[in-house]
Amino acid sequence: MTTTRRTPGRAIGLATALVAGTALMAAALAAPAPAAAQTIAITGGTVYPVSGPRLEGATVLIRDGKIVAVGTNVRVPERARRIDAAGKVVTPGLMDASTTLGLVEVGAVGATRDFALQSEDPVTAAFDVVDGINPASTLIPINRLGGVTTALTAPRGGLISGQGAVIDLAGATVEAMLVEPRAAMMASYGAGAASAVGGARGEASLRLREALDDARFWKKHQGAFDRGASRSLVESRLDLEALQPVLAGTMPLVVSVDRASDISAVLRIANDYGLRLVITGGAEAWRVAGELARAHVPVVLDPLTDAPTDFSHLGARFDNAALLQKAGVPVIISTFDAHNVRNLAFDAGNAVRFGLPWDAALRAVTLEPARAFGIDDRYGSLEPGKVADVVVWSGDPFELSSAPETVIIRGRVMPDRSRQRELLERYRTLRADQPPEYRGGEGGNGADGG
Amino acid sequence: MRNRASSPAVPRAALLVGCAWLAAACATAGAANPSGAVGVEARDVGGTSAVGTVPVAAEGTDTTDTRDLLYGMPNGAWRSTYRPLPAKPTLIRGGTVMTATGQTIQGGDVLLENGEIVAVGKGLTAPAGAMVIDASGRYVTPGIIDVHSHMGDYPDPGVQAHSDGNEATSPTTPQVWAEHSVWPQDPSFTRALAAGVTTVEVLPGSANLIGGRGITLKLVPGRSVQDMMFPGAPMALKMACGENPKRVYGSRGRFPSTRMGNVAGYREAFIRAKAYREKWDAWIEGGRKGDPPARDLGLETLAEVLRGHLFPQIHCYRADEMVQMINLSHEFGFHIRAFHHGVEAYKIRDILARDSIGAALWFNWWGFKMEAFDGIEQNLALVSQAGVHAILHTDDDMGVQLMNQNAARAMYAGREAGIEVSRNEALRWITAEPAWALGIQDRVGTLEKGKNADVTVWSGDPFSVYTRADQVFIDGALIYDRKQKELQPTSDFEVGILPEATFEGAKGGVR
Repeated sequence: MTTTRRTPGRAIGLATALVAGTALMAAALAAPAPAAAQTIAITGGTVYPVSGPRLEGATVLIRDGKIVAVGTNVRVPERARRIDAAGKVVTPGLMDASTTLGLVEVGAVGATRDFALQSEDPVTAAFDVVDGINPASTLIPINRLGGVTTALTAPRGGLISGQGAVIDLAGATVEAMLVEPRAAMMASYGAGAASAVGGARGEASLRLREALDDARFWKKHQGAFDRGASRSLVESRLDLEALQPVLAGTMPLVVSVDRASDISAVLRIANDYGLRLVITGGAEAWRVAGELARAHVPVVLDPLTDAPTDFSHLGARFDNAALLQKAGVPVIISTFDAHNVRNLAFDAGNAVRFGLPWDAALRAVTLEPARAFGIDDRYGSLEPGKVADVVVWSGDPFELSSAPETVIIRGRVMPDRSRQRELLERYRTLRADQPPEYRGGEGGNGADGG
Repeated sequence: MRNRASSPAVPRAALLVGCAWLAAACATAGAANPSGAVGVEARDVGGTSAVGTVPVAAEGTDTTDTRDLLYGMPNGAWRSTYRPLPAKPTLIRGGTVMTATGQTIQGGDVLLENGEIVAVGKGLTAPAGAMVIDASGRYVTPGIIDVHSHMGDYPDPGVQAHSDGNEATSPTTPQVWAEHSVWPQDPSFTRALAAGVTTVEVLPGSANLIGGRGITLKLVPGRSVQDMMFPGAPMALKMACGENPKRVYGSRGRFPSTRMGNVAGYREAFIRAKAYREKWDAWIEGGRKGDPPARDLGLETLAEVLRGHLFPQIHCYRADEMVQMINLSHEFGFHIRAFHHGVEAYKIRDILARDSIGAALWFNWWGFKMEAFDGIEQNLALVSQAGVHAILHTDDDMGVQLMNQNAARAMYAGREAGIEVSRNEALRWITAEPAWALGIQDRVGTLEKGKNADVTVWSGDPFSVYTRADQVFIDGALIYDRKQKELQPTSDFEVGILPEATFEGAKGGVR
């Protein structure tokens, strides 16, 4: 450890060293079991495939990272590793549709925060989080122990924030974790977006439309633009290029918006440009449930929202999810968090408390988010051919008394370890004869430590 | 209109006066008693204490008794005007009664009368004219208590005009009282009530080393904060360690900008308070002859901390910093009632137990700043197992609506890690232990004969995610009922705030 006194000149270096130290320690904790993907049979459990009805006493067979069979009549190969799930519940790994996982370590420490640009420009469509993702983040093992195996990790802020990626919560490298890079274009509308463009919603709408118009124009007149023979465009070339998949409808525009009238405004824009729209936040979405249902626009929401916390949340209520689901809107549940993405099952359970049917709540944290980001051919349900992200729960996954007992990502059983579990073990007993500093921990400062 | 019973309000029985305030010797007796309630009667709701009925003394003729004067409440000002809503005797019958004293009574009854719990047991008889609540298949617990709230001080909607929780213009502001910021129309109050919460302590924020006084409220509707004040509850002194004060002032190039600056700031304040207290105590011991010493609002508050009449509630995350604060308390001879947030409390649980200091903790918030990096989900379980007064707190308007659930999660997280936690213990984290931290443990926090009839009836096991608070009683009055719209208070702010007619999806909503 450095003993150098902290001086302004050294501050950055010191901070970097601290972050690097944390990262090293996290890498040790995050590394998945070295065993190659193998054949795993989860037997005897109550299986919720999500894509089909519940199966009692069923087997989920996994080989080479994929699900190969799900059913009550599955032959288990002799060499398979068996996981007895009798009396337990088996679900797809949960997916959180709005996080900043891998993009933040300590919220208040700017040097560990990579999800927002300090930009004067409210449109930063080209900003892609992927190269900022830290696979060694301590948050990843901590949250996957809560049964979350996949997440959209995405930028925030401004009017058009940039592009989010879907990651699995396992892997030593970003490449290994990436499920879908550039899975979503993140934007916001309402009071926050308005303040980013001058203080009025009308201006936010104008800027949004202008960016889309420019992107459309740029595509048609790219040659002229490159020759400098085009009319001037407000957004940069990189932003205009980044918006092309949004205009083509191959990348969803994910808009954080809460007030009912703001949601309607965003629906008009999406309709005018033929965009694939996803609403997040959506505190008052229930007020425009019919509109959303007719447009087949999914809503990513936090079920634990019930107060008029600002003038965009006057209609916030606990049964938002239930009302939307009833109206035929695809409902997705998110923690909108990073450190406590592990609360996802808890949040879904609370949606059930306020009227969302149990099956819909499970879909809302598995298949619906997979659909919204176009990865439902590989994720979101227990079906042959899909990626083997599977969780075995001690009971009803939403119930407070339940916990994940086995978490499998891409066919590998994840280690039952995290920085928090290491801390627990270090302080499980307090002994005068042995200070906690001598116990546990992989992050010592010497090569032979640990 | 409310479905009120016909009997008139019964004034609350006067509090026990544990320390004879009128005796000057007691008022100068030194350090606080670390165990049990201090029994300050400063918020008594005596017959003549309501604002407007107390004759104001002419200038120079001080008729205020010593305790009120020292406490900063001369001339009967600032007192609670809370009156329990009228209520019939009520028998809650046939529920699973969790008393928070270690008992779970299947098919149990709780009888409420004259604002008090008069019996807990089986086969109780309803008095004539009593309301009978069928609790079969449901659970009955004490009303929930949150020791850390900013409701009313940072009310919804969270606009700048409502930002009244931090007097962040000076690092040491013991002169401010959280109650003077409380907006009783904060929509958060009724939401917490609907979640089974009956009492909260509203504290100033953590921008300052010494943030000011906190106040304990019952979650009853009121036109003024005084209408909500828990009669007789001692007030708190909010202090804060660590990153917040040094960031707020350091970023302005002001003192303090370091943790050592923080500690120097507390010490300087208490040195002045000690001298102030001595001056006043000498005047009292001298028979209150001549002009009293000049009042100083801030030092008055700190002197009352030194006399043990105000309970220090300290925002502090790191283990080492909590030990620093314990040293501070030893230097000046006061007792820290509880550390709040205490993300690292588990590391010093033996010390907290030894000094009888409460630990008011979250279930699993962590990582949002450096001093919260070592949070673990077993914090409450470990601290509780070590014999510390373990408390689940929220500091959050949503969290306060989830206290039963988060107590359950903390219990199960402990058990999963092999730490024994009983259901009674987990229930105490949100009832009896917070009552202790606020010094009102003789009044609320358990279902026992003689206690305030603050009771929550749950649709099922309060430790299940699917359970909801069905009915909430405060001082025997049914103050919230999930099934009766007319028994669901709402704040003025919410009246006509949305055009109901356009609610496209509202039909068949689940409230």
